[in-house]
Amino acid sequence: MLEAKAITVRYGAREAVAGVTLSAELGLLTAIIGPNGAGKSTLMRALNGAKELSGGEILLDGKPLREFARRAVGRRIAVVAQESELRFPVTVMEFVLGGRYAWASTGAWGWETERDIEAAKRALFETELTDFAARLVSELSGGERQRVVLARALATEASILLLDEPTANLDLAHQAAMLSLVRERCDKRGASAVVVTHDVNLAAAFADRVLLIKGGRTLAAGAPREVLKPDTLRELFDIQVLVDEHPVTGAPRITPVLKHQERR
Amino acid sequence: MSLSADDKTASVAAGAAREARVTLRYSLVVLLLLTVFMLVVMVASSLLGSERLPVTATLCAIFTGGRGACELTSIESAIIFGVRLPRIALAATVGASLAAAGSGYQALLRNPLAEPYLLGISNGAAVGTMIALVFFGTGDTAEWSRPVMAFAGALCATFLVYRLARGRAGTSPERLILAGVIVTTFLSSVIVFVTTLMDATRIRSFTFWLLGDLSGSTAQMLTIAVVAALFGVIVLSMNARSLNLMMLGERDAFDLGVEVERVRLTVFLVASLLVGASVASSGSVGYVGLVVPHLVRLSVGSDNRLTIPAAALAGASFVIIADTVARTVIAPRELPVGAITALIGAPLFIYLLRRG
Repeated sequence: MLEAKAITVRYGAREAVAGVTLSAELGLLTAIIGPNGAGKSTLMRALNGAKELSGGEILLDGKPLREFARRAVGRRIAVVAQESELRFPVTVMEFVLGGRYAWASTGAWGWETERDIEAAKRALFETELTDFAARLVSELSGGERQRVVLARALATEASILLLDEPTANLDLAHQAAMLSLVRERCDKRGASAVVVTHDVNLAAAFADRVLLIKGGRTLAAGAPREVLKPDTLRELFDIQVLVDEHPVTGAPRITPVLKHQERR
Repeated sequence: MSLSADDKTASVAAGAAREARVTLRYSLVVLLLLTVFMLVVMVASSLLGSERLPVTATLCAIFTGGRGACELTSIESAIIFGVRLPRIALAATVGASLAAAGSGYQALLRNPLAEPYLLGISNGAAVGTMIALVFFGTGDTAEWSRPVMAFAGALCATFLVYRLARGRAGTSPERLILAGVIVTTFLSSVIVFVTTLMDATRIRSFTFWLLGDLSGSTAQMLTIAVVAALFGVIVLSMNARSLNLMMLGERDAFDLGVEVERVRLTVFLVASLLVGASVASSGSVGYVGLVVPHLVRLSVGSDNRLTIPAAALAGASFVIIADTVARTVIAPRELPVGAITALIGAPLFIYLLRRG
């Protein structure tokens, strides 16, 4: 379990994250929603120990995160970050096997074990990438690459998943497929996930809890039904929204009402 | 590996031969083949030179370590054991060091164009060597002071180019090359300045050395370079799996459990050591660290656990071949080996730059 207690992260004098409390509990999927520049990505970096805290603390299984070796953190927390540029030809398989780094027994030189290969193959299967194993990552489309990055995170077999806009480049079907996969990890294997997303409806459909942040501060937190309300969302995005019930799932359904549409 | 292989056929062959990943077994086979190739090149090179030697007798002498009755005159024997073989050993060492260091810099700076010579790191080592020459002169201390100062010089240049190249958005290839140009030209003027402090007779041999010269080394210097090369290639290979991840981005590597700071420091130190030792023993042989790792990645993929040791072995063969050409093509006179490697390397660099 990963807990952030009133954490603050500063860039110079500016507080990018100010006193945010959050816990990633067993089997739960938490969605973080907020406008651009709200501090979502910084919060995610902090949760993984990549950002120095200027206040509060982060506990991993009850112990301060900074007391863990990087390798130990790598086995417990998997990250899907916004993608970085690739300049070397690596195959999909090689890329996904990178997720097994933290499990190497004898230093970093170790070659992958059967168990590593198995974990990588399973992750490729789950993300529908089995046929892509020998392809070069640099030759894939944006959406395929994003699935490769998720496959690497799944291959770590970490119980905590931190995903920063994992669905940004995906088509409708793959967006749902990706979040279903994460949802399944939570439900069947007791994983916990924290997902940053701009898609409020996706969050409403998949998340157990939603955290709304603006200007680095928590605006509201709780179950989607309690938090995703017209007034709160209006405060969050400075835009009029309509919230009703999804006719099939019953989850809150959010529709932005744009100015030029108002009296049509 | 054939160094003259055409890019396209090489990459097609690589695609067909390569599986989804590099395995230990495959790596061992590749390394074994490269070792055999290097040994063949070594023997062939020892037969070639301005002095024509009887083939059978020379082979007999080499394979019996000079102890058999091989019908060689004492002069011929001296040419093989006193001149050619030490020089071949030095060429192999320098080639292995520079190619391995190049692979290391490329993975660390996430840039296939990173190369000790082009980044000004060789020039840093050259300045260090020259300062040692000017201030410590010759003698026992001097012999040690040169590689030590070369290492220090390489390290300073590495640090400088790294700081210059690192912008807000990380290190872009263009920015890195520009930083390399700045460091190189700055250090070149330092070299010119130090050269003017020397007497006229040494300047010529100096200019030759600056372009890479494998003829002027001593047994002690060769020993230092061999030890540095072995140590360096082993340490780099041990960090290869971490480098595989850092090559794709330091942030991702950190997330996956790599101790990024430690690996970066280790690789910078070791790569600088490799460059320092080879520059101190034979000047700046350019482009080896670019040409060799590129061809290796083209043929066997980008897994550093294989590419680093493979580049070392292929680099050894490459410099032996280049040096054999340098000392035979206008025999009995010689070209600096760096001129040959640059003739091959510069066009490849332009090609890589254009391809982006």
